[in-house]
Amino acid sequence: MTVKRVYPIFKREFGSYFVSPVAYIVISIFLILAGWFFFSTFFLYNQAELRNFFALLPLLFAFIIPAITMGLVADELNVGTYETLLTLPVTVTDVVLGKFFAALAFCAIMLVPTLAYAVSIAFLGDLDPGPVIGGFIGALFLAGAFAAIGIFASSLTKNQIIAFIIGTAICFVLTLIDKMLFFLPDSMLGFFQYMGADRHFQNIAKGVLDSRDFLYFISVMFLSLYLAALSMREKF
Amino acid sequence: MIHIEHLTKRYGDTVAVNDVSLNIEKGEVLGLLGPNGAGKTTTLRVLTGYLPPTEGTIRVGDSDIRSNTLSIKRKIGYLPESAPLYQNMLVYDYLMDVAAIRGIDPANRMARVRELARMCAIEDVMHKAIHELSKGYRQRVGLAHAMMDDPEILVLDEPTSGLDPNQIIEIREIIKAVGKEKTVIFSTHILSEAEATCDRIVIIHKGKIVADGATEALKQQASGRYLLSVKLTGAKAQVCKDAFSTVEGVEEIKDGAPESGQVSLVLSCNANNDVRPEAFQIIRDNDWGLSEFHRESHSLETVFRELTKEN
Repeated sequence: MTVKRVYPIFKREFGSYFVSPVAYIVISIFLILAGWFFFSTFFLYNQAELRNFFALLPLLFAFIIPAITMGLVADELNVGTYETLLTLPVTVTDVVLGKFFAALAFCAIMLVPTLAYAVSIAFLGDLDPGPVIGGFIGALFLAGAFAAIGIFASSLTKNQIIAFIIGTAICFVLTLIDKMLFFLPDSMLGFFQYMGADRHFQNIAKGVLDSRDFLYFISVMFLSLYLAALSMREKF
Repeated sequence: MIHIEHLTKRYGDTVAVNDVSLNIEKGEVLGLLGPNGAGKTTTLRVLTGYLPPTEGTIRVGDSDIRSNTLSIKRKIGYLPESAPLYQNMLVYDYLMDVAAIRGIDPANRMARVRELARMCAIEDVMHKAIHELSKGYRQRVGLAHAMMDDPEILVLDEPTSGLDPNQIIEIREIIKAVGKEKTVIFSTHILSEAEATCDRIVIIHKGKIVADGATEALKQQASGRYLLSVKLTGAKAQVCKDAFSTVEGVEEIKDGAPESGQVSLVLSCNANNDVRPEAFQIIRDNDWGLSEFHRESHSLETVFRELTKEN
């Protein structure tokens, strides 16, 4: 019964986000940036759609989400609570999953206020629900992938700042890689195109639900969490 | 109950624990002694499933630490050194969470946490954040954490380090009370503590066991000699030394702690001779003033120092 062990870890981790001011600060920064970037150009385009919001989301997530996850493992290693936690009857996998779902749930909470954009735009004009629903689903998968990467980065070091920088670097590369493709030889184009998180996310955000895009995000999550568990086991 | 078999743990090239074998019976209170860096913490960390052994293994009951880590973790309550706990959580929340992770039935969690709070005397701080607590309280919260689901084995890593004398006694009382029914293993480098609480003492030095035995037996092992410390006034050191060296049973005479106007000597004597009557006769005959005259048996401290001397 892994759920029995993962759930208490998830609950503790999720709860601890909200006892410190960090959660509120991160959510505020996210909403201010997203709101400003989106609405500053929204009325110029004069289109009742959220496409611009979803277009900038990967870039925002690339540094907001590593900030959310940076302490998850690094801080435990630093304070020593890692030892207290792992000598309870839990496995490393339980811990990684608990923390991952806590981070993902936190990202979902962070996205909830942005549903207000969709609602208010629906009042302004004729909003096509497909891309909006797709966009929010895609945003959750994107957040999951970046959170997994962030946890991996956090498991590498005791220092939260270093964890944040590593996490952001990986997320940025995945976000921007398909915009750097013209540097690369043609033979490698397809591979690097597939590596880019942005393209997969934009596909889903168009309302096109292709299994390959979901598969991409799910594999990033699995791989990152697997590497995180590996690095946590190798800490000794 | 616990069988440590040829346990070796290496970190890179450093050997922290070197081929240690040890059997611990159910209900024993075992003190793990040793200087800093001797391998105490590493041994405990392997036992609690935090570190994998490099070679050898540990069995608890029928389970092997390599293949059955989880079931061993269930049997063991562990308090790491300096009680690392989540700083910004309330004591009550923390203990409830531990109860949840330990798989205690939700209906019983509250009752169990209350019971532990009473046992560890932390009822007054249940509503406080852990970072607000004093070291002594934090250690007791850690103890409550370790004892959560009434484990068969309690492992404590230096549970009294950094505490004031009153707190040390409180923690010892708890250990003693628990030790009546459970197996308790704790590490310390305070010898009097091990002497006061343990049934059995194991001394580790440079990753190896150098002594293992009941507390009393260990003390006797080194009691081939005893010390007689003497402080005299109105005497000359050399004259005193010459006089005392004629007494049968005195094997060595050293200078004691210096004090102004006094001759301070420590006589190392063979345990088979009681040199006191004769020594006192010498003092009387010479008409020296006597300000101190007492015998010390070789303590655990001497045993410890002998066994863990460098080189």
